Amino acid sequence: MIRFLLKGLIRDHHRSVFPVIIVSLGVMLTTLLFSFLSGVLSDMIDASARFETGHLKIVTRAYQTLSDQLPNDLALTHVDTLLASLRRDYPGYDWTARIKFAGLLDVPDEHGETKTQNPVFGLAVDLLRSGREAERLNVRKAIVSGRMPQHPGEVLVSDELARRIDVGIGHPITLLSSSSSGGMAIQNFIICGTVEFGIAAMDRGAMIADLSDIQYALDMPDGAAEILGYSPNGFYVSDEAAAMRHAFNDRFTRSADRYAPVMMTLEEQNGLGEYISYIDTVGYIVVGVFLAAMSMVLLIVGLMSGIRRYGEIGVRLALGESKDMIYTMLLVESVVIGIAGSCIGTVLGVAIAYYFQEIGLDITGALRNSSIMMSNLVRARIGAASFYIGFIPGLAATLLGTALSGIQIFKRQTASLFKELEA
Amino acid sequence: MATSQIITVSNLVKDYFMGRQFFRALNGITFSAVKGEFIGFVGPSGSGKTTLLNIIGALDNPTSGEAIVLNKPVSTLHQKEAARLRNDSIGFIFQTYNLLPVYTVYENVEFPLLLLKKGNAEREHAVMQALEWVGLTAKAHSRPNQLSGGESQRVAVARAMVKVPEIVLADEPTANLDAANSHNILTMMQRLNDELKTTFIFATHDEKVISYLHRKIVLNDGRVVDDIMMN
Ligand SMILES: Nc1ncnc2c1ncn2[C@@H]1O[C@H](COP(=O)(O)OP(=O)(O)OP(=O)(O)O)[C@@H](O)[C@H]1O
Ligand SMILES: [Mg+2]
Repeated sequence: MIRFLLKGLIRDHHRSVFPVIIVSLGVMLTTLLFSFLSGVLSDMIDASARFETGHLKIVTRAYQTLSDQLPNDLALTHVDTLLASLRRDYPGYDWTARIKFAGLLDVPDEHGETKTQNPVFGLAVDLLRSGREAERLNVRKAIVSGRMPQHPGEVLVSDELARRIDVGIGHPITLLSSSSSGGMAIQNFIICGTVEFGIAAMDRGAMIADLSDIQYALDMPDGAAEILGYSPNGFYVSDEAAAMRHAFNDRFTRSADRYAPVMMTLEEQNGLGEYISYIDTVGYIVVGVFLAAMSMVLLIVGLMSGIRRYGEIGVRLALGESKDMIYTMLLVESVVIGIAGSCIGTVLGVAIAYYFQEIGLDITGALRNSSIMMSNLVRARIGAASFYIGFIPGLAATLLGTALSGIQIFKRQTASLFKELEA
Repeated sequence: MATSQIITVSNLVKDYFMGRQFFRALNGITFSAVKGEFIGFVGPSGSGKTTLLNIIGALDNPTSGEAIVLNKPVSTLHQKEAARLRNDSIGFIFQTYNLLPVYTVYENVEFPLLLLKKGNAEREHAVMQALEWVGLTAKAHSRPNQLSGGESQRVAVARAMVKVPEIVLADEPTANLDAANSHNILTMMQRLNDELKTTFIFATHDEKVISYLHRKIVLNDGRVVDDIMMN
């Protein structure tokens, strides 16, 4: 019987092909959009964690309140001891010290006279002792020319900055900044390579130096602006981070020391928390709107084809089907259509999302003036949810549309359904 | 005898409600029919023929009175029991054929047997037999839109007859057919009535149909005004 009805369903394109197309389109768009949103979100979280915030970050209270000014005079001291205790307390987590600094780059000509000066934003990470930071920041891949620093005194500058101040590999530069004691810090470096991260905020005017070089230059022995912590599996887990932060900060609540360390989660920095919940909300709204629109269209299609089918339903009643049976068969048909449409839509959506996951969508233009740590390539991300976020609503909407439109059959008197036959 | 009476209609009233008004389409119909009859409800348009046929076919409920069809009181049947009654024992033929357009002739005729959950071999045999009765075995795999009106109605007859029901209800079966096709269909029905003892009940005002009837029940304004045996 079901086979017989499905045969009819397939032959009647108004009832099969058309709804399947609608369902697959809706499901495809939902899947694609969702994959994009989660791609953007996870890329953003990932880039932020790597470059800026860590999964957890420790600074001094004083540094925290003035952090936009990069107040290295308020930075953490006895960093090696702190790192050792963190590694002991949170095994598996990767803890690393960094210094962010700002200053002027002074470029000398061949006589040693100042040729140009340019403001610079700097990031000092451990490049010489272990390769982990280089890997985390993807430095090797970011190198446009030259090589990684291998000796003290070697730095990388962004390719854009290097071109602007017209320096090449091997060129000496001088960093003018302020030391941790508030004095003038002057230090010479050699450019060993130029980099481009594909992150607008990093590529505009940054230099990357080894941590110990900058500790020396800024007179911060055993000091660091911040300590970043990364979870063992590389994923940010909100609850776990919050718990760690609580436990850590509890130990210092009674201290009035301005230099006491405070731990912050990724979400607590740079407004990322709001960003995450904002994108989450947008995601829900988008999926919700699609679901509602799709249900509406399917309901209308269901109603229209229902009306078209009054005659058929009348005949089937006359031939001895009960209303329950007919209603059930309509639902079975809609499940078949829903599954077919949702499968096609999901496959298409995931396929297109896969393309944008691998290739990405270049939005460099949109980020020219942005300081968000966000990649210039927007990538979709296919997760488990990509496979059901469109599928389930697609199936549900089809079923709902049919269920609602099918109720008409029960509402109408058998004989009046039947009257359609005589028209 | 109650055993041979397959339809007993007593004091049947049907009101159609339209807002606060109601319209009495059937006004105290009483008659009975025995197995193998070839009866027609005859009367002017609006006299209640279709309404009566629908109640006998358990597609509609009476307002009062009762129609007992094959020992089942139609007014108290649950819609599932009504469906079962139609499925087992009643074949319908309509003025507008009402074949299912997406199915072939063969499949249209097969449909009632699928509802009866008949096995493959039995279905195939019965369908081919029914198509033979109406002389359409050659068109088994055509679609309804490839058939003439006469052929379509013959398929409808085959569909009604395939399960060899006790009763066939035919509402204006010839209204859309020319004279030749009408006679063709009616001769066929007469033959089936003869051979299989199927009871036929028509609703019609077509003189051609009336000339074939064994019994004519004349309706007017929802009442039986005459009940004539014909020879
Ligand atoms: N659903 C309905 N609502 C209201 N009135 C109805 C309804 N169905 C039928 N009627 C009325 O009931 C009366 C009998 O209708 P019925 O269809 O039984 O007539 P009929 O004898 O079959 O006529 P025809 O020869 O034109 O087919 C008509 O006056 C019709 O207007
Ligand atoms: Mg009528």
